[in-house]
Amino acid sequence: MYSRIVVPVDLAHPELLTKALDTASDLARHYGAGLTYVSVTAETPTSVAHNPKEFGEKLAEFARQRAAADGLSIETAAYTATDPTIDIDATLLRAAEEAGADLVVIASHKPGLADYFWGSHGGRLAGHAAISVFVVR
Amino acid sequence: MADEKDEADASGGEALPAPEGASEVIDTDYEIGEQNITPKIGPFGLDIHNPVFVISGLVVVAFVIITLAFQTQVEPLFTALRGFLTSNFDWFFMIAGNIFVLVCLGILVSPLGKVRIGGADATPDYSYAGWFAMLFAAGMGIGLMFFGVLEPVYYFGTPWGDQPLMRDIGVLDGELADPATVEAARRTAMAATIYHWGLHPWAMYAVVALSLALFAYNKGLPLTVRSIFYPIFGERVWGWPGHVIDILAVFATLFGLATSLGLGASQAAAGIGFVFGIEGFGESVTAAVVLIMGITVLALISVLRGLDGGVKRLSELNMILAGVLLLFVILVGPTLTLISQFFGNLGAYATEMLALSNPIGRDDDGFRQGWTAFYWAWWISWSPFVGMFIARVSRGRTVREFITCVLLIPTIVSAIWMTTFGGTAIDQVINRVADSAVYGYVVEAYVPELSLFGMLSELPLAAISSTIAIVLVIVFFVTSSDSGSLVIDTITAGGKIDAPVVQRIFWVTFEGLVAAALLIGGGLVALQAMAVSTGLPFAVVLLLGCVALVKGLMAEPR
Repeated sequence: MYSRIVVPVDLAHPELLTKALDTASDLARHYGAGLTYVSVTAETPTSVAHNPKEFGEKLAEFARQRAAADGLSIETAAYTATDPTIDIDATLLRAAEEAGADLVVIASHKPGLADYFWGSHGGRLAGHAAISVFVVR
Repeated sequence: MADEKDEADASGGEALPAPEGASEVIDTDYEIGEQNITPKIGPFGLDIHNPVFVISGLVVVAFVIITLAFQTQVEPLFTALRGFLTSNFDWFFMIAGNIFVLVCLGILVSPLGKVRIGGADATPDYSYAGWFAMLFAAGMGIGLMFFGVLEPVYYFGTPWGDQPLMRDIGVLDGELADPATVEAARRTAMAATIYHWGLHPWAMYAVVALSLALFAYNKGLPLTVRSIFYPIFGERVWGWPGHVIDILAVFATLFGLATSLGLGASQAAAGIGFVFGIEGFGESVTAAVVLIMGITVLALISVLRGLDGGVKRLSELNMILAGVLLLFVILVGPTLTLISQFFGNLGAYATEMLALSNPIGRDDDGFRQGWTAFYWAWWISWSPFVGMFIARVSRGRTVREFITCVLLIPTIVSAIWMTTFGGTAIDQVINRVADSAVYGYVVEAYVPELSLFGMLSELPLAAISSTIAIVLVIVFFVTSSDSGSLVIDTITAGGKIDAPVVQRIFWVTFEGLVAAALLIGGGLVALQAMAVSTGLPFAVVLLLGCVALVKGLMAEPR
C-alpha cells in the first residue's frame, strides 16, 4: 500500500512527537515501507543547533536512536528555510516529494479557535499534499 | 544520508548547505530560547523573550495610549527634546559617524575582508539582484523619495543666517545670483546632500549588519543585537546588560521606522491631493492616518507571506519602479547636464567631505545641528533594523564583498538618485527661478511633502510620473514596515526567527499605531524627536559594537 513514509520532526519539542513516531513505525512495519524523518531549520542559530550542519547531525542521531529502539532503518533529510515561520509548510511538501513519499505522518495539536485564522501545519499539509496525510492528534 | 543531502543542495534546492567550513564557534552554555516564556493569550500561543518582549511591548502600548490621551500637551515636549539633543550632542553623532566610516573602510582594505559570513565554505542564499533590492528598499526607500528634491534645493536656494559652509546662495529674493555664485551654490548643495546619503549612513548600517551576521552565522550566537557584545561582556550579555541593549534596539527600530512611516504617509497624502486635485487632502492628519492604516494592512499581508514570498518580491517591485522613475527623470529632464554633473557632484562630495564631517569649530549651527545631527541620529536609530535585516539575507558573502555592496555601491546609487532628482529640480529653479513650482514649495513656502511632485509637474507626463511616485512611496513604506516588524519580532523572541505568526501581527500593527499616534499627537516633529532620542543611546552601543566586531573578525580563520 505504502512504500515510503515521511515524518516531519520538530527537534525542539521531541516530547510532543511520540505518538506520531510510534504510529509511523507501526505503519512502516505493517506495509514494509521505508521511513524518512524530515525537519526544517533556520539558517541562523536555533535552540537546537548552532548551524544547519549541526542540525542535520542531530536529526540523524535522533533517527538512529529511534531506529535502534524500533528495529527499523530510518533515513533523514534536513532542510533550511530563510523564513521558517512562513515557509515551513512549503518546505515540508517539497521534502515529502523529494523523499519519494506516498504517506506523511504528522503530529498536530487539537484544532482550536486560532486555527480559524491560520491553521496547523498538519492541517495545511493535508490540504495541499497530493499524497496521503495522516494527522496524529 | 549526508551524500543525499549534498545532492539535493547541488540540484539547486534549498536543502541543507554543504559543511560550512572553518569558523570560530563561540562556546557558551546559553541555549537560544532558554529565557523565553510561552504564555497563551486567548487561543494564541506565544514564544517570547522575557523580559525583552514584555518590557518593550508594555512600553509601546503605554506610549501609544499616553500620546493619544495628551495630544496637545506632548507636542512642545517633543519639539524641545529634538532641539536639545541635536544641539547638545551634534558633535557626538558626527564623531561616531566618522568612526563608523573609518572602521568599515579599514576592514575593507585589511586582510579581515577575506572572512566569509557563514563559514569559509558558505554559499549565498540570495542573488545579487534580490539581495541588493532588499537592502536598498529597507535602508533608504522612503527617505530618497522625501528628500531627493527637497534637500538639494533647500541648500541651493534658502538663505540661512549662519552657514559659512554654504555661504553661496543660488537665489536671493526671487532673483538668480551671478553665474559663478549659482554654480558654487549648486555644487555645495549637491555635495552636502550626497554627504547625508552616502558613506556615513551606509557605514552605520554596515557595522551593525556585519556584526550581527558574524556573531550569528559564524559564531553560533542567537540573531539578536546583544550577541555582538559577547566579546566585551562575556556571559553577562545573557543578563541585564543584554536585555537593555535589546530593548534599546527595539525602541530605536520602532521609532526610527515610525519617523519614516510618518514622512511617507504625509508625502503620499500630499501627492494624492496634488495629483488628483483634492483640496486639503495633503494637510489632513486624518488622511495620513488612514493611509498608515491601509499600508499597515499591506505590510501585514507581506509578513504573512514571509521573507521570500512577501518582503523580497515587494523589494524587487520597488527597485523596478524606482529604476523606471529614475530613468524617466533622467531622460525627460536635462539629460546631458545630469550626466556631466554626476561626476562633478561625486568630486564635490569627495572634496567637501572633510569640511562637512568636521565636528568642531564650526558656526553653521542650522546645517550641522538641524540636518546632519538629525540625519545621523535617524540613521543610527534605523541601524539595528536595517542591519539585522541585511545580516539575515547576507549569509555566504565575504566581508569584502559585503562592505563593497553595503557601503560603496549604495553610496554611488544615492549619488545618482540625488544628482537626478536634485539636479533636475535645481535646473528648473535656475531656468525659471521664482516661477518654478519647486522654488515655491521649498524656498518660498516650505511645503516639503510637495517638493517632489512640484519637480515632476514641470516635466512631461506629470500625471503618470506622479502616480508612479505615489505608488513608490507606498510600496517603500510597506517594505520598511514589514522588514522592520520581522526584525523586532526576532529580537523580542530572543533571536528565534521561527516564532509564532501572531507575534509578527502584533508588531506590524503597533508599528502602524505608533506612527499614527505620533502623527496625531505632535506631527512629524514628534516622530523625529523620538527617532533622535533613541538614536543617541544606540550610538554609544554601536561604538562599543565596533570594538567587538574587530575582535570577532580577528578570531575568524581567514
